[in-house]
Amino acid sequence: MAKLNVEQLRKRRAEWRRESEARGDAAKRTRILVGLGTCGIAAGARAAWDAMADELAKAGVKDAELRRTGCMGLCYSEPTVEVQTPGLAPTIYGDVTPDLARRIVREHIVGRQPLTEHVYARPAPDSLAPPRPARPAAGAAAAPGPAAPAASGQLRIVLRNCGIIDPENIDEYIARDGYAALEKALFQMTPEQVVEELRKSGLRGRGGAGFPTWRKWTFTRDVKADVKYVICNADEGDPGAYMDRSTLEGDPHSILEAMAIAGRTVGAGQGYVYIRAEYPLAIQRLETAIAQARAYGLLGRDILGSGFDFDVELRLGAGAFVCGEETALIASIEGQRGMPIPRPPFPAVRGLWRKPTVINNVETLANIPVILLRGGEWFGGIGTATSKGTKVFALTGKTARSGLVEVPMGMTLRQIVYDIGGGIMGGRAFKAVQTGGPSGGVIPAAHLDTPIDYESLQSLGSIMGSGGMIVMDEDDCMVDVNRFYLEFTVDESCGKCAPCRIGGRSLYNLLAKIARGQGTGDALDQLREIGHAMQKASLCGLGQSAPNPVLSALRYFPDEYRAHIADRRCPAGKCKDLVVYYILPEKCVGCGLCARRCPASCIAGEKRQPHTIDRARCIKCGECYDVCKFEAVSRT
Amino acid sequence: MVTAAATVAEKSEPRAELAPDLASFIDGWKGRPGNLIMVLHRVQQAYGYIPRDVAFEVADRLGVPLAKIYGVVTFYHLFKLKKPGLHQIAVCMGTACYLKGGEDIIRELEELLGVGLNSVTPDGEFSIEAVRCVGCCGLAPVLTVDGEVYGRVEKKRLAEILAKYRKMDVAARA
Repeated sequence: MAKLNVEQLRKRRAEWRRESEARGDAAKRTRILVGLGTCGIAAGARAAWDAMADELAKAGVKDAELRRTGCMGLCYSEPTVEVQTPGLAPTIYGDVTPDLARRIVREHIVGRQPLTEHVYARPAPDSLAPPRPARPAAGAAAAPGPAAPAASGQLRIVLRNCGIIDPENIDEYIARDGYAALEKALFQMTPEQVVEELRKSGLRGRGGAGFPTWRKWTFTRDVKADVKYVICNADEGDPGAYMDRSTLEGDPHSILEAMAIAGRTVGAGQGYVYIRAEYPLAIQRLETAIAQARAYGLLGRDILGSGFDFDVELRLGAGAFVCGEETALIASIEGQRGMPIPRPPFPAVRGLWRKPTVINNVETLANIPVILLRGGEWFGGIGTATSKGTKVFALTGKTARSGLVEVPMGMTLRQIVYDIGGGIMGGRAFKAVQTGGPSGGVIPAAHLDTPIDYESLQSLGSIMGSGGMIVMDEDDCMVDVNRFYLEFTVDESCGKCAPCRIGGRSLYNLLAKIARGQGTGDALDQLREIGHAMQKASLCGLGQSAPNPVLSALRYFPDEYRAHIADRRCPAGKCKDLVVYYILPEKCVGCGLCARRCPASCIAGEKRQPHTIDRARCIKCGECYDVCKFEAVSRT
Repeated sequence: MVTAAATVAEKSEPRAELAPDLASFIDGWKGRPGNLIMVLHRVQQAYGYIPRDVAFEVADRLGVPLAKIYGVVTFYHLFKLKKPGLHQIAVCMGTACYLKGGEDIIRELEELLGVGLNSVTPDGEFSIEAVRCVGCCGLAPVLTVDGEVYGRVEKKRLAEILAKYRKMDVAARA
C-alpha cells in the first residue's frame, strides 16, 4: 500500500463509507458482528464464531458477512453477537453458546424470526452523528428479552467504534471519520486553534487527577526544545478497571490519531504507548494498527504530504502499579526501576530523557479526534459545570450486569448501578460503590443520588480515578476490603519514601489485627493519624492516596469498624476469625447436604434429624452456609 | 578503564548459549535508549523466567551492569527468577475477582495440586501464582493458564481445567 496524500485519504474514506453502507445497513446483506475482545474470547466467542460459520455454510447462506469487532460493553453477557439483517432491526444477542449461535443462523437469519428470549438492546446511540447512515428503520424492532439492559442515558464518544468496526482494519476506522481530525489539525488548523478547541471542550485528564488537557499541552508547547515526546499512558493498573484495554482492543487507531495530533500541536516527533504486558491482545492490535498507519503514511515521515513527521512505538510495562504515576512511567520507559521523582519540574517541561513530554491517558486521547471534528463547544455542552464530556466506567463486583458503560458526566450513581447495572446480583442489599480503586473510596447508599463529576466525588471522600466502579453488597466487609487494598498498595509501593513504605505497612498491620479481632480501642485514631500523615508527606500519588479507602470507610462505616473492635464481630460475616457458624435446629431438616460438602468433616447428625457443627474443628469456609437450601445454617 | 561488562566476564560464571533469534533481538535493541525492559521481556518469553546465566549474557551484550539488570528484574512483578511450571496458572486477585471468591479458587487449586501459592508442582507440570487484574473484571473470578483466560470460574470446574492440560501433555509425550 502506497502512502496516501490528503485527497487519497478522503477518497478512500468515501469509498469505504459507500461500501459499508452497501454491505450492511442498506438492507442487502446480512452482517454478523462477533465481539472478539479478551473477555469475549475468554467467554467462548471463538466457539460461537466457528459454530456460526459452520451453520451459515450448512444453511447455504452465501452473502452473509461474519465480522470481528471489539467489546460491546456488555461483559456480563459475553459472548455477544450483533446481527444486522435486511428488513429486521439490528439485534444484539448475549451469552451466545455454540448452540445458540446455530439457532440464530437458522431462526433469525434464515427463518427471519429473532430469538426474543435472548435479545439484548443496542447499548448506546452512535455519537458520531451525520453523515453516518441511519440504522434501518424498516422491520419491527425485536422486543428486548427479559435480561436486556436499559441502555438508558449511555453516550459513546470514547467507545464510539468499539463493537462496530473491525479493529484490525484501518479502512473501517477511516470510513468512520478516522484520521479526519488529524487531517484537520494538519491542514486546516494551527496548533493554537487545536489548543483553543481543547480549552473550549473542557476536557480533563481521564487517568484520575482531572488536569485540564489543554493546559498540559500548552506547557509542553511553550517550552523551547529540539526534541519533545508524546506518551500514551496505557498502564491501566487499577485492579478492577479495564476501559483502556477495551478501547485499545476495539479502536486502536483512535489513540494513534490523537497522539499524532498531540505531536503536531506541541511540536513532538515521537510518541510512545506505555502499555501493560498483561494485555497481549491490546498489544497485538496496537502493533497491527501502527503497521497499517505507517503503510498509509498516517504515521512516519511527511504525514499526508504535510511535512510533519511523527511515529509511535510501544513500550511494555512489567507489572508495577506505581508506573501509572507519570515520573515513574517515564523511568520505566527509560529502562529503569519505576520509581517516581519529586515534581516540579513536571514532565511537560522535563520528562522522557529530560525532554518536554506530554503524557495523556488512553481515554483522554480517545476523546480528542471527536472534539476536533465536532468542536469544543459541542463537547463542552455535555456534562456538568466543571466536568465535561463522558466517562467510561468499568462497572463490576456485585452488580447484576457488569460491563463497560460510558455516560455523560453528571449522571447519578443510582442511574449507573440500578438503571444500567440492574442493581445487585442475587437480590442482596446494596452496600457501597468503590470508585478510584486503591486510590479512591467508598460511596454509601445515602449518596447514590449525587451527580458524578470530579468535584462531587472528591467532596464525598473518593476520586474519579480511572473509572473502576466496584459494587459491594451486604456480604462485603469494609475492614476486609480495606485490608485487601492496603495489601495491594503495600505490595506496589516502590519503597522510596518513608511515609508510603512505613505508613502503608503500619496501616495494613492495624487492619489485619482488626480483621482478626485483635484491634484495640485506639486503633481507629491510629488509622486516621497514619492515613493523614501519608496523604501529606508521601512523594507521589500512590502513597498520598493509599489511605483513601480506609479513611472513607471510617467516614461512612465507623460502626462496622467498631463492631470488629468492641464486639469482636464481623457484621458481614467475612472476617473468618470472627465468624461462628451454627445450625438452627428448628430449620434443619437433616438432609445431610452440608455434612457431605463440609471439607473438614465437622458436621454430624442423624438422618432427618437436626445436625450440629463441631466448632473446634470448623475451618469457617462457609460451604455449609452456601449450600443449605433451608437457611438453617447461620453465622454471627 | 574496567567496564562493567569486563568485570563480569572475569568471573567464571557459566554463560548461556543464546538461541540465534534471541541473540539477534538483543543485538537489534543494543544501543537504543530504554532497551532493558524490552529485552528482559523477550528473554522471559524464551525461557519462562530470567535465568542467571542469561542475565550475565544480557549484561555483556548490552554493556549494562549486572546489578542494574537485577535491580530491574526484582522491581517488576512480571519478571521471574525461578523457573515456572510447564503450564503457568495465574489466578486474578484484582478487586472484582477478590470480591467474587478469587481466594477460594486459589485454595482449591492448592488443594488439587498439593502445592502452595508461588510454587511449582514436583513434576514441574504446573505453577500457581496470584496476579493483579488481568482486565476481565466482567467475568470475575478469572484465572489464566499460559495466558489463556478462563472466566466465571467455579471451584468445581478447576479439576476439569487441569485435566485438559494434563491430557495435552500426555498427548505431546506420546
